[in-house]
Amino acid sequence: MCLGIPGKIVAITENQLAVVDFNGVRREVSLMLCPELEVGDYCLVHVGFAMQRLDPAEAQETMELLDQFLEASGESS
Amino acid sequence: MNPHKNQDEGKLASRLLQEITALADSPMRLMEVCGTHTVAIFRSGIRSMLPSGVELISGPGCPVCVTPAGEIDRAIALSRREGMILATFGDLMRVPGSSSSLQEERATGKDIRVILSPLDAVKIAEENPDKTVCFFGVGFETTSPAIAAAVMEARRRGCANFSLLSSQRLIPPAMRALLSAGKVNIDGFILPGHVSVVIGKAPYCFLAEEFGLPGVITGFEPLDILEGIYLLLRQRKEGRTEIEIQYSRVVQEEGNPRARGIMGEVFAPVDARWRGLGTIPQSGLMLRDGFSQMDAAQAFDLPYEEIEEPPGCLCGEVLQGLVRPPECSLFGTRCTPEDPVGPCMVSTEGSCAAYYKYGRGDEG
Repeated sequence: MCLGIPGKIVAITENQLAVVDFNGVRREVSLMLCPELEVGDYCLVHVGFAMQRLDPAEAQETMELLDQFLEASGESS
Repeated sequence: MNPHKNQDEGKLASRLLQEITALADSPMRLMEVCGTHTVAIFRSGIRSMLPSGVELISGPGCPVCVTPAGEIDRAIALSRREGMILATFGDLMRVPGSSSSLQEERATGKDIRVILSPLDAVKIAEENPDKTVCFFGVGFETTSPAIAAAVMEARRRGCANFSLLSSQRLIPPAMRALLSAGKVNIDGFILPGHVSVVIGKAPYCFLAEEFGLPGVITGFEPLDILEGIYLLLRQRKEGRTEIEIQYSRVVQEEGNPRARGIMGEVFAPVDARWRGLGTIPQSGLMLRDGFSQMDAAQAFDLPYEEIEEPPGCLCGEVLQGLVRPPECSLFGTRCTPEDPVGPCMVSTEGSCAAYYKYGRGDEG
């Protein structure tokens, strides 16, 4: 039940409500729990609420770091 | 679709599996606490890829599974009241109470509505001023801030006909209860990624400090889960016992303080009953005094009746990681997803349903 879906904020309307694009499907999402979010930000959405800002570049970086780490540990073992 | 991405991920996955195999020189029993992890692990076939020394055990982290039948009965009693609209998440509809389910009640004409967001319940209240609208709010820390926000929104909009039947539960107290009972044998925890988006890392530190068990806050992609398992094995190899965050692209160490703030403003911790685990101190959430006029349990004088588990049902043991679903004599015979006896077979995130759908997945 704790599913979270990543989406991109395409508009912010009145009263802490945003329009979020989930791979082409748009839904209204509340920003009450993450009022700092801006248009263009990616966020994790759960039951109609943005829960956390996401950084897509960081996701890629984390993976590259893991790759480098495994490379290094593979060489040393 | 980026084909290179898939290739890279496949390469990374097999490298992680190599590392896991190299580190699994003695048995390691890991509990995935969260039902969303249970499903992700089965769906990806991770169990069958792991070396035999690494065992994954499902824990109590499916909110639907741990909701006692007595609380379903209360929701059903509410839905039978004249002029009542009961709103809840779809996952709850098929969970059996003592003699009926919300789905069966709806089929007999009760106004029960499945909603995707707690705010939808507030909207329903606004659109139906002549009706009483009750939101049957089930969930862990991931969902509680959203429920709290909806309660605040109902008050802001002056919806006097809105109320909440709170059936929320907190994960760290349940983990403490599980370990304090001393029945289950675990060497580490794959910790829930989205609960941690809200609560952060600190509430898990007692696992390492008091029980000497490591934990890794883990994401839900197959690569995330493999990395979580790898990090747990690496802690053992390096002689460390701590709480780490694998899912750092989403989870901040401090969680989401604003979400916790709203949750704390609206709810106070309270002792709560868990199916299979009994009453756990300070593991539930009740509306604070300032919001008690919205408390459906008080407003409608709903007594709670303890319901005995169906004879032969081992959901309680399954939820504590003490038995695996196929060890239950009802599994796959009298209890199937089409005609479930216990909640772990009803919920798509229940471990019985996952075992039934995907097979044991560990014959390997």
